[in-house]
Amino acid sequence: MAMLKVENLEVYYGMIKAIKGVSFEVNEGEVIALIGANGAGKTTILHTITGLIGAKAGNIEFQGKNLLKTPAHKIVSMGMAHVPEGRRIFQELTVLENLKLGAYTRSSKSEIDETLKMIYSKFPRLEERKEQIAGTLSGGEQQMLAMGRALMSHPKIILMDEPSMGLSPLYVNEIFKIIEEISSSGTTVLLVEQNAKKALSIADRAYVLETGNIVLEGKAKDIINDDSIKKAYLGE
Amino acid sequence: MGFIQQLINGLELGNIYALMALGYTMVYGIAKMLNFAHGDIIMVGAYTLSLVMTNVGMPPIIAILASVVVCSILGVVIEKIAYKPLRNASPLTVLITAIGVSYFLQSVALLIFGSNKRKVESAITMQGISIGSLELTGVSVVTLGVTLIIMIGLTLFIKKTKLGKAMLAVSEDKGAAQLMGINVNQTISITFAIGSALAAIAGVLFVSSYGFVGPYTGALPGIKAFVAAVLGGIGSIPGAMLGGILLGIIESLSKAYISTNLADAIVFGVLIIVLLVKPSGLLGKVRMDKV
Repeated sequence: MAMLKVENLEVYYGMIKAIKGVSFEVNEGEVIALIGANGAGKTTILHTITGLIGAKAGNIEFQGKNLLKTPAHKIVSMGMAHVPEGRRIFQELTVLENLKLGAYTRSSKSEIDETLKMIYSKFPRLEERKEQIAGTLSGGEQQMLAMGRALMSHPKIILMDEPSMGLSPLYVNEIFKIIEEISSSGTTVLLVEQNAKKALSIADRAYVLETGNIVLEGKAKDIINDDSIKKAYLGE
Repeated sequence: MGFIQQLINGLELGNIYALMALGYTMVYGIAKMLNFAHGDIIMVGAYTLSLVMTNVGMPPIIAILASVVVCSILGVVIEKIAYKPLRNASPLTVLITAIGVSYFLQSVALLIFGSNKRKVESAITMQGISIGSLELTGVSVVTLGVTLIIMIGLTLFIKKTKLGKAMLAVSEDKGAAQLMGINVNQTISITFAIGSALAAIAGVLFVSSYGFVGPYTGALPGIKAFVAAVLGGIGSIPGAMLGGILLGIIESLSKAYISTNLADAIVFGVLIIVLLVKPSGLLGKVRMDKV
């Protein structure tokens, strides 16, 4: 059974239909890439899954529960974390305060400390800068903080929106390496990316989104060799 | 009266402004809106105190508690009915609504109690202190203590508790706060409850030193508290305290040495000068524009 199931999803911005009946599934343990150009609707889909915007029609099920009927703040404790586009870390708080807010819904202090240790070992730079105001971090460090903050909720699935955006190639490689680590430690990953080549290189399966519709789906290694995809997204 | 006594008078007045400004600045800091009805919640708190003490005949401490409870509930209800539907509206819309709520509360008080001011017994029975020729009333000693405790308590609450951190998260990014599992509506409700409870305490202390309450009792002090909050840097808790005390001292010294009629003009003049030199207020943070 699919862990996350999106069926015939339709989302509007005012009168504009942004998502026109999208369906896809994420199975436990998979890395799924959702790729497509700017404005295709990738971020809108993630925002609808985690309840930041409402849907007009369709269904979103996570582990058998209807997410469209769940308020946004209750979704994280069901085991779903979202690393939003543009990171959206709390700029005026310290690195440690940001991380602790990630564990807002958890109550066991010892378990939180354990997760914090795990995150510090994954991102040593966050430990070095734990007392620093988050807004003063570099872009790559802010991305790591956003990922660390999401992992603090100990999620079963993590939704990542453009983690490589605006980062230097060095950081991009590091971020993707960490996504692979997150996946191999048992967390399911739904990855939204404009950097299709990178995303496809680590994904199991992928969906290609164009102006609110899914136009292609399949195994990532098949999609990476698809001629139309090569032309449109991989610049070959 | 000597200069020192004038300073003390200014401190007494300033403390009440500071207490009012704390509630103002807290609601602004978290909910990012100017609650212009804050002064009128102070008025409701003062009426509640008077009714419970005089008409019901309860001891002052019960009346103070009643005042805090009534104002907290009122604050939450106002937020739910008037401000929550405008969560995504422009700040100007919310501002106009807040002014509307302010007039609404004044009109309701006018309908219920009439335009005559009601005499209020002081809820504070403490004796004044005199050192040599200087005199401090009991109310102002209590006000100073209460304002300091609230300022420190509020700072610790926001910096150290989980709920306080949630408030800071909500103030910075409501969407990201929801992704952390924070209930944004509930957090804003609690912010209004605390802000309004502070207004109730300010109302109690204000009428205890002033002696009367009327439908417009909260209007001018509300504006002064707003000025105090802006002077100190709106959103900053120590700023509200500093701004309130400065305002009280400037007002008191102007009345004593320059002109009673010009005192308010001088107070607002100082505000204009401070904002020209430091637009974020004395202790206000300059928010960097995010790229």
